[in-house]
Amino acid sequence: MITGKDVDHISWLASIKVVEEEKECFVASFNSVLDYFHQLDELDTEDVEPTYRVVDLTNVFREDEVSESLSQEESLRNASRTEKGYFKSPRIV
Amino acid sequence: MAEKDVIIGLEVHVQLNKLNSKLFCGCSTDYHDSPPNTHTCPVCLGLPGTLPVVNKRAVEYAIRVALALNCDIQGETLFYRKNYYYPDLPKAFQITQYDFPLGLGGHILIKGEDGEEKTIRITRVHMEEDPGRLVHAGTIDRAKYSMVDYNRCGMPLLEVVTEPDLRSPKEARSFLDKLRNILEYLDVFDGNLEGAMRIDSNISLVGGERAEVKNISSHKGVEKALAYEITRQRSARRRGVAQVQETRHYDELRSITVSIRTKEEAHDYRYFPEPDLVPMRIADWVPRVEAELPELPDAKRERFVAEYGIADDHAKSLTSEIRVANFYEDVAKRAPPRLAAVWIADVLKGELNYRDVTIDKFSPDHMVEILGMLEKRTITEKGAVEVIRIILDTGGDPSEVVEAGGLAKAEDDAVKEAVFAAVAECSQAVADYRSGNEKAINFIVGMVMKKTRGRADPGEANRLVKEALEEI
Repeated sequence: MITGKDVDHISWLASIKVVEEEKECFVASFNSVLDYFHQLDELDTEDVEPTYRVVDLTNVFREDEVSESLSQEESLRNASRTEKGYFKSPRIV
Repeated sequence: MAEKDVIIGLEVHVQLNKLNSKLFCGCSTDYHDSPPNTHTCPVCLGLPGTLPVVNKRAVEYAIRVALALNCDIQGETLFYRKNYYYPDLPKAFQITQYDFPLGLGGHILIKGEDGEEKTIRITRVHMEEDPGRLVHAGTIDRAKYSMVDYNRCGMPLLEVVTEPDLRSPKEARSFLDKLRNILEYLDVFDGNLEGAMRIDSNISLVGGERAEVKNISSHKGVEKALAYEITRQRSARRRGVAQVQETRHYDELRSITVSIRTKEEAHDYRYFPEPDLVPMRIADWVPRVEAELPELPDAKRERFVAEYGIADDHAKSLTSEIRVANFYEDVAKRAPPRLAAVWIADVLKGELNYRDVTIDKFSPDHMVEILGMLEKRTITEKGAVEVIRIILDTGGDPSEVVEAGGLAKAEDDAVKEAVFAAVAECSQAVADYRSGNEKAINFIVGMVMKKTRGRADPGEANRLVKEALEEI
């Protein structure tokens, strides 16, 4: 069961502020998502090998070849703040 | 400094900077002299909807390294997401490895604190992407904001983790020197590039909690950072302050470590298998990569001893850097190998270190020529050292330098003349020698060397002085 405390923790990790009124709504939403996944628990997986993936693909690679990069202007185009060719961000220590 | 109570483990990040392109995209790895954010693309900028694709050669290089560090290669290996929110990674997660890393359980030999060979165990070797670089106006604790350059973001990185087998800062340095040497032998790494090797370390005193010291940015900085941290923990213990488990940041400018207060939650990385990348089954690559491994430092050292008949100390010194080893082999094919070993290991390397330059600054042809002159006794040992110094400082080739500097060995007549003059001038030393003080001869030989400006062979001068003293 997800509680208000979990929502606080998750919002802190995601760096997204959640105000008190929204919290109840997130608790309910998270729990409904988890309930939905809990349906899987009903399956009998006794003789099924555990897996980490749903597609049966391995070894997809590219060769070590250089392709063209974006220009500095293009790289920075979506940034709200830039300085001297850098992205500007809050200082986080 | 034998420090039996010190326990050090290292996490070393090395860039596979000999690759052409980044780990998951085609951006060039050659960004070191470029303006910020000019080696980026939608993939390494973490733009929505992009997908990473693994650089195949990066995996081959990683296998090479893991094999050279005597690790077991895992037949199937996976990438994971390590989630954290920090501006150096625009995706808000780093693609790294967690369970099922590429290599497990290796070891290498280093020179221990007591001078003996010592085994350092390697816990694991795994692949990951390098984060971007943060730049601050002024120092990190004073800056108002961060500036971010993503040129480095997505560089192929290996993390090499050791067991806590190191017992002093010197051993840590010795480990890193050996690791760097192996990586350069494997031709996957250029240690001279800025940021090529970055180190985090875990350090504790027996019976105390450990501190993790981060941000050591070179194999040279590691000794200083660890020595500081040991002293700090010792004096805290003397004052009765217990070490708590904490993360400390190494401030290179001030050469100190500072505690970074991190919230407990900070280590909640929520690792999970990277859904955008499929597993890598690499078991059948291993025999081929292994067959292509070049000769590694320890094997080369043994071969040098066997093949060239040189002393083990010299072989070790000559193989401690691939460029020096190649230089030696080139010279040893054209000059007496033992003489070459002495002159390269004992003299040339010292002169290079003193000037902080690499062996590329000296031509093997010149070394062959100088050794030839020594063999034919047309220059003295002192003269040969002088020739090496002049070539390093001002250039030129050996015969020119010898001629211009008047460094050719003095003719026999000139030496004899100097001997007679010296014996005549040093009557006190002659008397001392006669009364049984054999060491007095050194003073007279010194005078001969002075009169010939060092161009006499000291052994020969010694013999001639003895003869002269007996004749009189």
